[in-house]
Amino acid sequence: MSVLVNKDSKVIVQGFTGSEGTFHATQMIEYGTQVVGGVTPGKGGQKHLDKPVFNTVADAVNTTGADVSIIFVPPAFAADAIMEAADAGIKVIVTITEGIPVKDMIYVKNYLKGFPNTTLIGPNCPGVITPGEAKVGIMPGFVFKPGKIGIVSKSGTLTYEAADQIVKAGLGISTAIGIGGDPIIGTPTKDAIKLLMEDPDTEAIVMIGEIGGDYEAKAAEWIKSQGNPKPVVGFIAGQTAPPGRRMGHAGAIIGGADDTAEAKMKIMDSCGIHVVQSPADIGATMKKALESAKA
Amino acid sequence: MNIHEYQAKELLKGYGVKIQEGIVADTPEEAVAAAKELNKSTGTEWYVVKAQIHAGGRGKGGGVKLAKSQDEVKEKASDIIGMQLVTPQTGPEGKKVNKVLICQDVYYPGANEPKEYYLGILLDRAAGCDVIMASTEGGMDIETVAEETPEKIIKERINPSVGLQAFQARKVAFALGLEGQAFKEMVKFIFALYKAYQGADASLFEINPVLKTSDDQILAVDAKVNIDDNALYRQKNLAEMRDITEEDPAEVEASESGLNYVKLDGNVGCMVNGAGLAMATMDIIKLSGGDPANFLDVGGSANAKTVEAGFRIILKDPKVKAILINIFGGIVRCDRVAQGVVEAYKNIGDIKVPIIVRLQGTNAEEGAKIIEESGLKVTSAIVLKDAAERVKEALA
Repeated sequence: MSVLVNKDSKVIVQGFTGSEGTFHATQMIEYGTQVVGGVTPGKGGQKHLDKPVFNTVADAVNTTGADVSIIFVPPAFAADAIMEAADAGIKVIVTITEGIPVKDMIYVKNYLKGFPNTTLIGPNCPGVITPGEAKVGIMPGFVFKPGKIGIVSKSGTLTYEAADQIVKAGLGISTAIGIGGDPIIGTPTKDAIKLLMEDPDTEAIVMIGEIGGDYEAKAAEWIKSQGNPKPVVGFIAGQTAPPGRRMGHAGAIIGGADDTAEAKMKIMDSCGIHVVQSPADIGATMKKALESAKA
Repeated sequence: MNIHEYQAKELLKGYGVKIQEGIVADTPEEAVAAAKELNKSTGTEWYVVKAQIHAGGRGKGGGVKLAKSQDEVKEKASDIIGMQLVTPQTGPEGKKVNKVLICQDVYYPGANEPKEYYLGILLDRAAGCDVIMASTEGGMDIETVAEETPEKIIKERINPSVGLQAFQARKVAFALGLEGQAFKEMVKFIFALYKAYQGADASLFEINPVLKTSDDQILAVDAKVNIDDNALYRQKNLAEMRDITEEDPAEVEASESGLNYVKLDGNVGCMVNGAGLAMATMDIIKLSGGDPANFLDVGGSANAKTVEAGFRIILKDPKVKAILINIFGGIVRCDRVAQGVVEAYKNIGDIKVPIIVRLQGTNAEEGAKIIEESGLKVTSAIVLKDAAERVKEALA
């Protein structure tokens, strides 16, 4: 079992014929993901990577029964692509695109309120992977071995780092969800954690956050309110970041006293999360947390 | 992206926001000409000379002066242009002032007492919409107000489907205690401000102070404007307002090489792929007893060229005692990065600080082998914990 994507997911690629779309679609197909086609307006009817190309997401859904979409279209057109996917009935929309204007994302978030059964992951994220079943993203698939640890992370390479440590600790991953590093994202930390808490095959969760915003604090408080049903290991990147400076990700900026790494880690700790000071300790801490939960 | 006060006011005026009028000047002579022009257009006889730098608290550092004649304008402008202005936001080294804004005096006496307010528009991340913030405590830091008297902050969230509504603007104006003509002017001011915020793809507007003049006009006396970098592609006029003299030269150089670099104060440089891992690497440096000298994300395309550019930028900082390169190879192959490190090392030559390279992910073993066989003074690590240990040793 898993969340969001699995071996039965029928995936379409928006921005299929572009260079990013082509490269990553190839990688996803090699991984074993069921890519059923793609969308590039104006190229409908053609074949690309041996899969059909459609003019609209609606055409793709009607013909292939696709339920998941991954978006690689450039930032200026990405908001439109997300709304098109929702309108066509796609259930899980994974948006890889980095650099979408905040104003566009405000409109998208508001638009998606009309689609309660649609989940947007990202933007500016590495995607979602259920190891051994489906990779809907740009992550190096071989790092993720199947298992029972869920990962929720704002950061790409830090997700790979966490997965690698989990695997080296003799464990594996149920589903890893890269939620994205922008100020406005489709699925905040709490919602992603909730999915994994409800997944019977996820035993424990790694939660990786960054400075900026209050997503991690909200997630931690929610976990506590549920009575900490599964062990959670948490890390917040940016303990040494200065206030007011954007650290790469548009959302990674300290605005006030509450969104520093220190403040977030304190809240997480008080909510019963196993907080690691060093990102090198994620794997070992998870192993210990599992052992003590079983003891 | 930040812009100067004079640019921000120009932007606001274009959307019908009433501002304290001003003319920008590069020299004391231009400052006097500006004052003459302002006298003609507004009738003002007193002037305010304001240093144009991207930092708040300019008044505290002596960057804002009242001039009671055009002779005084020349004198104050001569003092301010070229000065190294230190404010609570610039750091101890301060910022060089290249331009001054000569403004009309708007605190003239009249029927009522002038009064200052605070108005801001910004993104409410949690709610996923924009929010208007206002306070009667004009001229004060909003952070201080939030801490000491949070009840004095008025917040009005804007529904993106319909935009700012009239009742919301009225609510804010009433909450600020305004009535009569000043109330009407404030409602208009808030609407124009919101239109400017939307039109400019801004991520922050701070108008502090907003002034109610003695004759009940509402004016923006200062303006801090931040534009969403992601939207600059469709804000060409605003993109041209970028002033690179306000930015760290190393950061400008880095962005030209496609690197995301932020200069910090520590002694260990770092080069990483991915923003989250880069921040985490800085944290590791701190836990190893060092202090990060920078944030540097080489992005998804770490190759010999970007690694070399990164090296050169980090090595410009004389405080750097060691460099940690941390790459998690996915699509990027570690052996390629290792090759890049070796080439860059040879190209630059004469690197005296120890370098620790941590390669993990795709072809990590091959990468480590290339580093070891290169014969360079480069230490390699595969596990993050080892990298931390190597940094500790390098600093010892």
